[in-house]
Amino acid sequence: MRHDHLIGAKQLSRADIESVLDRAAEFDADPTAFADAHPDALLALCFFEPSTRTKMSFETAIKRLGGDTVDMGTVESSSVKKGESLADTMRVVEGYADGIVLRHPSEGAARLAAEFVDVPVVNAGDGAGQHPSQTLLDLYTIRENAGLDDLTVGVMGDLKYGRTVHSLAGALTNFDARMHFISPDSLRLPRNVRFDLHESGAVVKEHTDLDAVLEELDVLYVTRIQRERFPDESEYRAVAGEYRIDAETLNDARDDLTVMHPLPRVDEIAPDIDDTDHARYFEQAHNGVPVRMALLDSML
Amino acid sequence: MTDTELRVSKIQDGTVIDHIPGGTALHVLAVLGIDGSGGEEVSVGMNVPSDRLGRKDIVKVEDRELSADEVDVLSLIAPQASINIIRDYEVSEKSRVSRPTEVVGVLSCPNVNCITTGDEPVDSVFDVLDDGVRCRYCDTIVRDDVASLIEST
Repeated sequence: MRHDHLIGAKQLSRADIESVLDRAAEFDADPTAFADAHPDALLALCFFEPSTRTKMSFETAIKRLGGDTVDMGTVESSSVKKGESLADTMRVVEGYADGIVLRHPSEGAARLAAEFVDVPVVNAGDGAGQHPSQTLLDLYTIRENAGLDDLTVGVMGDLKYGRTVHSLAGALTNFDARMHFISPDSLRLPRNVRFDLHESGAVVKEHTDLDAVLEELDVLYVTRIQRERFPDESEYRAVAGEYRIDAETLNDARDDLTVMHPLPRVDEIAPDIDDTDHARYFEQAHNGVPVRMALLDSML
Repeated sequence: MTDTELRVSKIQDGTVIDHIPGGTALHVLAVLGIDGSGGEEVSVGMNVPSDRLGRKDIVKVEDRELSADEVDVLSLIAPQASINIIRDYEVSEKSRVSRPTEVVGVLSCPNVNCITTGDEPVDSVFDVLDDGVRCRYCDTIVRDDVASLIEST
């Protein structure tokens, strides 16, 4: 892969994805062996929203490659608090670092940032938009557990605002994947994601009930139903329990079903699944480091 | 010129935009940035009978010939509009609008969480789809009532 910026999953071809995943496998095999790969690289971490996994895994990745980070810190302690535009912040940070990892609460923030700087920008989540580096580690995890061909994937939860879902759906159009989207009607995939899936010719079905499709799935990708998205608490309670899985839920699933979650989870995956062979979400989080090493290695 | 078109007076020089969907003439004027403050003489016919559209609007603007960019943007809200350039009371050029591939700085994204709706130094950019427009920043697709997104309205 050779892109100036990573803004959304739509820009990734199958060859791009496989290139990153292949390289990630090398880093995964021996992550400490590449400390001379980018010894002088400085990566700016600009997180306008809180993050644990994404931020720490990027930080770990660049350090494993021999580089280092400069961190904007919290919004409260930055010039953003004084009203500085994102464009200006990015132009300033460009002068400090060799690449920028940006998380921002507004959709389109990474695209805008990329227009103002010459160093590579990685979109680490823009509002309800995209989260393409998460998608690469999701695909790495799927490839490790189920392969990427002849695949049946169920995606369940908040599909409307879930940026990891939007990116994953787009990236899966590169592969021979049948996609099942399971959510309450109020949290269906947004129009633009459905439009792109339709344009790509992807095989897509939408459901409100996991039971309708569980037995077919190779992968079940669960996301949190976000309480704060519902105008009424009772509406949330009415649907939330329907999209929670536990070990008993998976009685009818295939033995080799891979259960994933971008984390953090709240209560949508019961702890009794953690010790089953289905659970892959902590492995998925771990994969963030080698995959982001591969991504940064290709961009810096 | 038909009886319908004669409901508003002939102009000596300027542009007549015909076959605008009924009730949207004011949006067309907004697209063109015409609000009367520039002193232009503007005539508007709204919801007049039309064989092709049922009801249509007509706009006549004195002493102004539309640019190609303006005609492109018009196509988003008046895809069947025809443009007549008038010189010395005669139709000098007649053309239909055609849809552009993108419109820049004209529409405002309806997604309040889109980065372009903040105080950033960028113009909005919308890609034009067969049946709507799509924000190039946040990917929001709008199919209905594109005219309501026009920034000056």
